[in-house]
Amino acid sequence: MKKLLVSLMIPLFLAGCDSKPQNNARAVYLLVDTSGTYTQELDKAQAIMNYLLAALDSGDSIAIAKIDSGSFTEKDIIAKSTFDSKPSTTNAQKRAFKEKVDHFVASTTKGSANTDISGGVLQATEYLTETGAGEKYIMIFSDLEEDLPEGWIRDFVIPMENIKVIALNVTKLRSDNVDPREYQNRLAAWQKRVDEGGGEWRVVNDLERLETLIAMR
Amino acid sequence: MNTEILNLWSETTAISVAIWMTLIITVLYLGRPHAHQLIKSSGRALHNAFRIWSTSIGQLERRVVQRNTDVILANGQEAIEKNIEREFARVNAVVARDLSKYPSLHRKISDTIEKVEKDYHESTDSAPLPPAWIDVIKTISALPTNGDATIVKVLNGIKQTVQESHDQTLKSFQKSSMTRHKILSGMQPEWRKLTTSLEDVKDTIEGLEARTRTIDNQMEAYQQIRAREDKAIHTLTSSSLTQFFISGLVLAIAIMGGLINFQLIAMPMSEMVGGASYIGSMKTSDIAALVIILIEIAMGLFLLESLRITSLFPIIGSMDDRMRRKMMMITFTILTILASIEASLAYMRDLLALDRETLQQSLVGASTGLVEAQFRWIPSIGQMVMGFILPFALAFIAIPLESFIHSIRTVFGLIVVFTLRTLNLVIKMIAGFMLHISKILVSLYDLAIMIPLSIERLIKSTTHMNSSGKAVKLSKESDPSSAINQSVA
Repeated sequence: MKKLLVSLMIPLFLAGCDSKPQNNARAVYLLVDTSGTYTQELDKAQAIMNYLLAALDSGDSIAIAKIDSGSFTEKDIIAKSTFDSKPSTTNAQKRAFKEKVDHFVASTTKGSANTDISGGVLQATEYLTETGAGEKYIMIFSDLEEDLPEGWIRDFVIPMENIKVIALNVTKLRSDNVDPREYQNRLAAWQKRVDEGGGEWRVVNDLERLETLIAMR
Repeated sequence: MNTEILNLWSETTAISVAIWMTLIITVLYLGRPHAHQLIKSSGRALHNAFRIWSTSIGQLERRVVQRNTDVILANGQEAIEKNIEREFARVNAVVARDLSKYPSLHRKISDTIEKVEKDYHESTDSAPLPPAWIDVIKTISALPTNGDATIVKVLNGIKQTVQESHDQTLKSFQKSSMTRHKILSGMQPEWRKLTTSLEDVKDTIEGLEARTRTIDNQMEAYQQIRAREDKAIHTLTSSSLTQFFISGLVLAIAIMGGLINFQLIAMPMSEMVGGASYIGSMKTSDIAALVIILIEIAMGLFLLESLRITSLFPIIGSMDDRMRRKMMMITFTILTILASIEASLAYMRDLLALDRETLQQSLVGASTGLVEAQFRWIPSIGQMVMGFILPFALAFIAIPLESFIHSIRTVFGLIVVFTLRTLNLVIKMIAGFMLHISKILVSLYDLAIMIPLSIERLIKSTTHMNSSGKAVKLSKESDPSSAINQSVA
């Protein structure tokens, strides 16, 4: 019996030696485009955020930020939270988070003049790196058409090691219908940018299958 | 490269191949005796090596069989010793309980018999008889009256007296009979008491007789084990296999129960120890839940050990009774505390699940369609009861575990014997095959060089014929008659 107990305890002990608590945590940063006519798509972004809130668990982190004319700023972060280790507290945090997002969606009626996606991604990488999570996701809810103000510099490599970048609901513009290559080029350009930064690129346009975004635990 | 070697002798492949073949066959023919010796000796060496291996495995198999037999017999002997001990304890209990009261019972029976006898004697007392002078008066009253009024009066008086006397005697007799009947009816409960007492004695004696027969059977089996009889070994082996499968099945059920228990307390445990930390790939809360279940099982083992139901830890079994009782109380208390913790965790799980469900519904934007509040207490109570009962149910895992551990030795031994036997058979087959294959190789070798061999045989026969012809010629020259005889022969 002693041998049995010892043989049971040894794997646990060895597993304990390999303990990396932070690596199991997940962090998600959702960037929501609020420029131009894309504000009409905010309801979908709200649905995605609700799914993410349901999927994430104790110890995970989540943040939602808007993409506007200048997105590389903390002011654009609508809500952020790292869930407590206790499930009951986590549920309370999720409720508070949802309220903030609902308020943002209800109050946003006017789109921004420009679209600084790169700034938002840069801000997201900073936040995700700070969380120290094992799995890091940037979800960009946008048509990926960047429109920077005059003189703004964003054409540099953004470090995105071990970050999965997922483009959601990449809508086709009117010009894309005229020349679909523009749409393809836009996606290819972003993929190249993410690859150069060391990240992993994915596009999910079918919002009916949100379970492909992040697994529930 | 291969083509170059093939066409070494000529540019025409066929010619070159023919030269190669000739060379090879020549070389093979020249090396034939050595090659034959090499093949045969290699075959024999391999055959011998495999035979030695087979013999070693056979010896090992015999040792394992012997060990298995020893283990089976030892287990069986121990079990029967325990059974006999238990039967003797029962006999002792019967004797102490029933037969210790036998002297008082005997006295009771004797008293009853004495009383019954006395009553019987009382009941047989003769009825009172009418006085002796009655007959005389009866005769006088029967005399003829002859019409004399005085005599008639006297006789009537006598008749009346006789009649009164009869009536009195009859009354007295009836009274006496009634008294006897009363005595006899008073004897009835005494008889019943006697019958009951005797039936008690009979039951006790029959019970003892049955126990004695059981002990006889056990002793017979014990003697068979001591004599290492095949019948006993087969019976014990079969019993071990049955125990193995039954206890395995019960253990599987217990494991399923443990998993249910784990599911019940894993989620609320994250409320206590946090749900964000991991040890390896497992959540700390899951490990904590697992540890609680394992501790419950351990407490169950110790409890049953203290109760002397199982004997996995001889040190607990050999403790003095006071210490054992203390240990029993401690383990039972810990088990009860753990069961209470589990019940509260199960309740917390229900609350958390409800909270989570409400949140999920608010996230998907659905209205709160949860189970009506008046029925919410049913699953809550159910989970709490399960949380409280499962630890105690898991505590009984010790019984099948002990059977499993005891029987697995036999089963493992049987598996080892089967493996060794199969291996031995395969090795013997390989050894025979090696010897056979060396013979096949020799034949194949000769088949490859059959042309020079045929030539050799031809030359040999020709030479032989020539030499025999010469011998005949020489003998003819020396002795014509013997030459004729030889040629005839």
